Amino acid sequence: MAAARVGAMAPVHLIRLLTLAGILAVWEALGQTGLVFGEALPPASAVAVAVGRELISLTFYRHLGVTLGEVAGGFVFGALPGVAFGLAMGARRVLGAAADPYIAALATTPKIVFLPIVMLAVGIGPGSKVALGAVSAFFPVVIAAVAGMRAIPPVFVRVGRAFNLRTSQMVRMIYLPALAVPIVTGLRLGLGVCIIGVLLGELKLASAGLGFLARDYYDQYDFAALYAIVAIVFALAALANGAMSRLVRRAEAHR
Amino acid sequence: MRGRAAPALWGIAALALLAAALEALVRLELVPKLVVAAPTDTAAAIWRLAAEEGLLHALGATLLTALAAVGAAVAVGLPAGYWLYKHPRFGLAYRNWLGALFAAPLVLVYPVVLVLFGRTYASTGFMGFVVGFIAIVLYTREGLAAVSPTLVRVGRAFNLTPRQEFWKILLPAGTPMIFTGLRLGTIYALVNIIGVEYLINFGGLGFMVSETYDKFDIPGMYGAIVFVILVSGGMLWLLKRIQTWLRPA
Repeated sequence: MAAARVGAMAPVHLIRLLTLAGILAVWEALGQTGLVFGEALPPASAVAVAVGRELISLTFYRHLGVTLGEVAGGFVFGALPGVAFGLAMGARRVLGAAADPYIAALATTPKIVFLPIVMLAVGIGPGSKVALGAVSAFFPVVIAAVAGMRAIPPVFVRVGRAFNLRTSQMVRMIYLPALAVPIVTGLRLGLGVCIIGVLLGELKLASAGLGFLARDYYDQYDFAALYAIVAIVFALAALANGAMSRLVRRAEAHR
Repeated sequence: MRGRAAPALWGIAALALLAAALEALVRLELVPKLVVAAPTDTAAAIWRLAAEEGLLHALGATLLTALAAVGAAVAVGLPAGYWLYKHPRFGLAYRNWLGALFAAPLVLVYPVVLVLFGRTYASTGFMGFVVGFIAIVLYTREGLAAVSPTLVRVGRAFNLTPRQEFWKILLPAGTPMIFTGLRLGTIYALVNIIGVEYLINFGGLGFMVSETYDKFDIPGMYGAIVFVILVSGGMLWLLKRIQTWLRPA
């Protein structure tokens, strides 16, 4: 049985391996020959070297620190109000129905267009990136919290009331256990878009952070380093997403 | 009917109240005019942008870019999704990759795209195409794979050719899920296009936001941003209507 499974899976792994090798080979060939994009596409090997160079550079870690700080700030300032507002929307039917269309429209809007407002309000420093991260993180969290509240079977709430539970007890015994999974899921999505908001803000206008560093390399025509920063950012975003996914699975296991 | 209309009225009332409060704050100079535009000035600015500064032209540019991006995403993504469905090993091999890409912050590759294509519609369009394509491939494959095997067997019993099987069985049965991919792909494409337009100062609505800010036309900037929100919300509403029409509840 196990052997049959391995037999069926092997081509899948083989396909993945060959695909990856193919992409890297084509990339390397295009980069070396400069056939299609000229200097705009550095070979994969040059990008790999550039990634290594970044990872041993102090400057890189200074910018990484700035970005991480902005993401953390944006996440906290976006997610906490998001949870509170989402719970209120879920608990108060009229508020939920009234705010729904506005939340949906704002959630769909590309958050980066709010950057000018944010820059007028708090300047072009790290504060504007924190604010943009917060605005980005807010909406997925609200939507997840509302959906979580609406998915709680009313009978749970009625049972709680029948036992005369106090509000704190209702929160601890009825709402929190039912809401853990949707809220952590919302936080996962929120963190993802918070990272995007912060980095796009840095790319547009900043004096520090990984987005700024990428922009700087772009302005210097150091494309291998630019690709390297983009690759590192992708890896970091994937790590953050993986960590949050583990949290979601733990919340699911506790249910 | 009353039950449905009442919350919407509350929502409009709350919005009107918020706008009135903002208007008062700005007029009384409790909030600096250089930071927040009064709602009446914003509304007037939208009118001015539309009449004199090519707002509708910008809207057209953004929508056409999105249309081209989504059109290309469908033209490539639909056959690719079908191919992955027909070759399950490849489907299995690429499924997780597509899922990871779907969740990845793809918009962050725009500097690379900018290097490759420059400040052109090719860059903004490509950024829309990528996200649209991934959504459409992913949902097409999932949608076709979820078609009841009974339906497929009935088709085989009638000796349908692969082409007939696709048009008469797979596509109609998979439509709800495929359309979900199309809906998400369109929204993501539009969001990415407007965002990249803003970031690279080029193209339609996103460029307008950037340009009004650079000219320090604060009411115009607010007007352009409000207009972007209206367009995003309108697109969301339209796609949801089409989806309900495709799959009556």
